[in-house]
Amino acid sequence: MPDSPHDDPRSAAVAAGTPQAITRDDVAHLAGLARIALSDAELDRLGPELSKIVEAVATVSQALEGREDVEPMSHPTPLRNVFRDDDVRPTLTPEDALAMAPAAEDQRFLVPKILGEE
Amino acid sequence: MTDLISLNAAGLADELASGGTSSAELTRAYLDRIEAYDTTLHAFLHVDAEGALAAAHEVDRKRAGGEELSPLAGVPIAVKDLFCTVGQPTTCGSRILEGWVPPYDATVVSRLRRAGLPILGKTNLDEFAMGSSTEHSAYGPSRNPWDTERTPGGSGGGSAAAVAGRLAPLAIGTDTGGSIRQPGALTATVGVKPTYGGVSRYGIVALASSLDQAGPVTRTVLDAALLHEVIGGHDPMDSTSIDAPVPPVVEAARRGDVSGLRIGVVKELGGEGFQSGVQARFEEAVELLVGAGAKVVEVSCPSFVKALATYYLVLPSEVSSNLARFDAMRYGLRVAPEDVDDPSAEQVMAASRDAGFGDEVKRRIILGTYALSSGYYDAYYGSAQKVRALVARDFEAAFEQADVLVSPTAPTTAFKMGEKLDDPLQMYLQDVATIPGNLAGVPGISVPAGLAEDGLPVGFQLLAPLQADDRLYNAGAALERLLLEKWGGPLTPPEVMA
Repeated sequence: MPDSPHDDPRSAAVAAGTPQAITRDDVAHLAGLARIALSDAELDRLGPELSKIVEAVATVSQALEGREDVEPMSHPTPLRNVFRDDDVRPTLTPEDALAMAPAAEDQRFLVPKILGEE
Repeated sequence: MTDLISLNAAGLADELASGGTSSAELTRAYLDRIEAYDTTLHAFLHVDAEGALAAAHEVDRKRAGGEELSPLAGVPIAVKDLFCTVGQPTTCGSRILEGWVPPYDATVVSRLRRAGLPILGKTNLDEFAMGSSTEHSAYGPSRNPWDTERTPGGSGGGSAAAVAGRLAPLAIGTDTGGSIRQPGALTATVGVKPTYGGVSRYGIVALASSLDQAGPVTRTVLDAALLHEVIGGHDPMDSTSIDAPVPPVVEAARRGDVSGLRIGVVKELGGEGFQSGVQARFEEAVELLVGAGAKVVEVSCPSFVKALATYYLVLPSEVSSNLARFDAMRYGLRVAPEDVDDPSAEQVMAASRDAGFGDEVKRRIILGTYALSSGYYDAYYGSAQKVRALVARDFEAAFEQADVLVSPTAPTTAFKMGEKLDDPLQMYLQDVATIPGNLAGVPGISVPAGLAEDGLPVGFQLLAPLQADDRLYNAGAALERLLLEKWGGPLTPPEVMA
């Protein structure tokens, strides 16, 4: 992670209000990260659509000119850890927990293989 | 029966208390309305006649037994299909949750049940509450009772259409960027976004956790306050829930006195980009408040100009993370990829998410993934978080000069179906005046302000400081009373009204 927005050339371009267009390859890469198997038609369409949106939202940094020192805000209220009382309480039964599962077996969720075979 | 339908929730509560009607009779009357008109409006995704009537009979039995009941006990309600409900499907307007029935109730839902409000059904929304028209619902759009060729706004268009079309006296919505207030404006209903943390988020399917807030959708300001009191207050199941009493909203709604109140007109939330009839109704409403003793100040909140851009970085970022839970493993749609023998979990996940999510949801997940990705994080998400802090500071400064801030709720009246569907940025602009409140967490209300030059409803927005929700109800009730005197009665939609 670069120390400041301007340390990374891509971020610097965004800060200057000239974000790079999102290409078809970029969309394919992002869709892979997001685990969405987009169709060819979606890949074609999303690049130009997202580029337009990114161009609009990249203007946020304009509001920060001369105010880079402001503390980032992630949440409207101060967050603090909250503990619940250490009581025994009812939980879901296995039947309730599995009732909406796409597949279940022996009181467990049945899922496709998660490790490669080769 | 027409009398029951024309009464607001407070009036219905009085009728129920005095024995003028029963909850069963009232609930049946609304179920009949739904049957007659929902084929046109499509406000509901699911109607639970059996469950609603059972709850109604239960309240009637308790009342007959002399038990002490909540003020709204017996008044039926509709709930946005983003809230978990035991025994009723919760689809979020998405194919990925088609037919899913949750194993637990959202806190808001359990509070409604405990207070004895029969739940008529679940209302339509843009998929996972992403949109401003309900056109992004996987199950088809809702229609505006004022003109069925137009949208009722969104994402909570179903709840707004149900209340405006008299298919429910009350409804519940969620407001992440304006999803309660903008539909309120477009349908001449009252919509409230309480202070962030004022109403529990437990059991609401998350869109953007730092912005989401549940609230009332009603015909009157007092009805909203009565409902706010039922659903609000601390919930140990939500770690961001405010551990403080609900502000005195009902008392404020009954007071409705603006003498000496300082009303701040936000320079950045009006004028250019706002329809002339919207601006005109807004200015007339300000004049009415001044006539009732309020003082007007103009305030400037310069960072609000970038609030929309900030929101469309913060929101997709949170969305990309929150919607990762739809992984086709424990619940929801599971689709095997075509042309793959013995697919892996990851391949099944990706195929299911492609099949289950609609265009707008995919667009925002990809956008959020981009904004959070290495190399861009600082420029996008990091900058947005800083501008968010500036928006909050602008609010703080403005509230030193004014007790409440005001603006038109939405820049236009209800738009035609399809008009903005192919231009996401135009759709996003619908929330330009409501988004700053979500970013800072402050409460807001939209109150009907009359009809624009096109004969369609206009909303008047009030914003108050954190945890001063009662100010919205006080000023909102005052405005409502002044407007009702001027109009000679409430605004009722011409379409689908018997």
